[in-house]
Amino acid sequence: MNKFRKLFAGPYIVWVIGFTVLPILMILYYAFTNADGALTLQNVTAIAEPIHFKALLLSLRLALECTVICLLLSYPLAMILNGLKIKKQSFVVFIFVLPMWMNFMLRILAWQMLLSNNGIINSILQTLGFGGIQILNTPTAVVFGMVYDFLPFMILPIYNSMVKIRKDVIEAARDLGANNGIVFFRIIVPLTMPGVISGIIMVFVPALTSFVISDLLGGGKVLLIGNVIEQSFIKGMNWNLGSGLSIVLMIFVIASMAFMNSHSKETEGAAVW
Amino acid sequence: MKNKLLLALAALTLAAVFNGCGSASSDNSLVVLNYGKYVDPDVLDAFEEETGITVQYEEYESPEEMYTKYKAGSIDYDLICTSDYMIQKLIEEDEVIPMNFDNIPGVENLDKSYFEFSRAFDPENKYSMPYFFGTVGILYNTTMVDASEVDTWDVLWDEKYSGQIIMENSVRDSFMVPLKRLGYSLNATDENQLNEALDMLIEQKPMVYAYFVDESEDEMVAGNAAMALVYSGEAAAAQTFNDDLDYAVPKEGSNMWIDSWFMPKTCKNQENAEKFLDFLCREDMAMKNFEYVYYATPNTAVFNALDEETQQDTTIFPPKEVLDNCEVLDCLDSDAITLYNDLWKKLKSD
Repeated sequence: MNKFRKLFAGPYIVWVIGFTVLPILMILYYAFTNADGALTLQNVTAIAEPIHFKALLLSLRLALECTVICLLLSYPLAMILNGLKIKKQSFVVFIFVLPMWMNFMLRILAWQMLLSNNGIINSILQTLGFGGIQILNTPTAVVFGMVYDFLPFMILPIYNSMVKIRKDVIEAARDLGANNGIVFFRIIVPLTMPGVISGIIMVFVPALTSFVISDLLGGGKVLLIGNVIEQSFIKGMNWNLGSGLSIVLMIFVIASMAFMNSHSKETEGAAVW
Repeated sequence: MKNKLLLALAALTLAAVFNGCGSASSDNSLVVLNYGKYVDPDVLDAFEEETGITVQYEEYESPEEMYTKYKAGSIDYDLICTSDYMIQKLIEEDEVIPMNFDNIPGVENLDKSYFEFSRAFDPENKYSMPYFFGTVGILYNTTMVDASEVDTWDVLWDEKYSGQIIMENSVRDSFMVPLKRLGYSLNATDENQLNEALDMLIEQKPMVYAYFVDESEDEMVAGNAAMALVYSGEAAAAQTFNDDLDYAVPKEGSNMWIDSWFMPKTCKNQENAEKFLDFLCREDMAMKNFEYVYYATPNTAVFNALDEETQQDTTIFPPKEVLDNCEVLDCLDSDAITLYNDLWKKLKSD
């Protein structure tokens, strides 16, 4: 019986080996060799080149902006949601999740149309007598696209952790004379921390590594580290450099996750990843 | 019992699938790799009907993608169509087999002068057969830009059009413009010349609306920009959607590109490939293809059969004096490719 049960793990082992372990090994191989197959550190240290470093800094900056905006939007929303009646709550959550049913590329392409010089938003603004906005093909548009895409990943974990707070905890605090501010900062915030952290990671990591959004909404003028990697694979035919920079990016991702985790003692429950 | 039946069924389906894959390359078939939307599907059907050869047709977007697909080696292609410099690269890598034009009588229909142009990448005209050709130039909106302005590349540096200029999101095409504006060759590999070109592009960047590839056509049709650097074929297509658009090749010269067929080393059905090329040269089929693709065809039989208006459409068929001013892209060595890519990243990260 036990043996039989182990068989069930088979597909997952194949999956993990085929789609996680092997690809990472291949990336490592390419990262530490040059075109002739000789060992080298060049591809990894290439991150220090001004062009690559600039791209990395820009990625970090935009990812940070995106995360902060998402957090500022999500936290109050989660609180408002939590105050609603259960039926209404699930409806509002449903509304926020609904766009995720559509492919994210299509949604970004739609924004490209909406924001373009003669796009719908500018036409409306112009008929209303306002000047048009020209944010398409700027870093602002890229942040906008990221926030739009990743917002649900921030809302859901925060909302989940907020729902779990038992009403009697808050009532007890009030009984003991805590005012609204103290309840918020000493009860609600600490108890929702796991959700916040999980949300931050789920937004920051994809924002840091994205390249499609900056391609589509940046008009080829916003070069993120993800774009540099993509280009070295597809256009530059330099798989070694692409892999080397990927390794650096992976280190940043792992470091940011480790940093966030070390700042949350309690990750059980609301953590989604 | 039921389970066994299911298993047997699954095994059968699998076997059928694998059989399908296995048998395809061995018998009377032809595996073709071509740019997207680059042959009229009716032509493929007609070819299969007339010859009984099964065509397995696959498409790609950019020469670099074709190179990756071909080099991956999982499919044995019989015939590939791609652009000048990529053919040169593959010839240099010894990946191309010579064509026997005696078996392709239809080649008589092709204008010899395009074989002369092809010598830039296929010096002995041994390996490739021209399919379509064209130029790179400025597609502009006549309601925003005057025709007299676009006879020089300088117009792409005119402050007046700040935020209205679309450049090509590819290294060679974008560097071609400043190189030509400076009077250099578009195949320049001299670092000083390229740095001069880069400075020019950096100066231009704040005025650029975006760097696009396939989107340029749509954006120009929608009137989102005043000018775009495009291939002549895209320009002709865009003009059919928006009458305000026109196309010009500046006097400093530009890039003339040729897309040609070649047989890679993996070719297993050479005879079928020759039959296919001959079929493409036949007047009726070449005409169908021309009407579908709408790029300049080297096929004189087709050209002579066209009405005068199309023959004189300078967007499709560049005039001789324009072509005389144009250069064909050479394949660069790997050092030069790295240099171009570095400069490109410098421009993008600026």
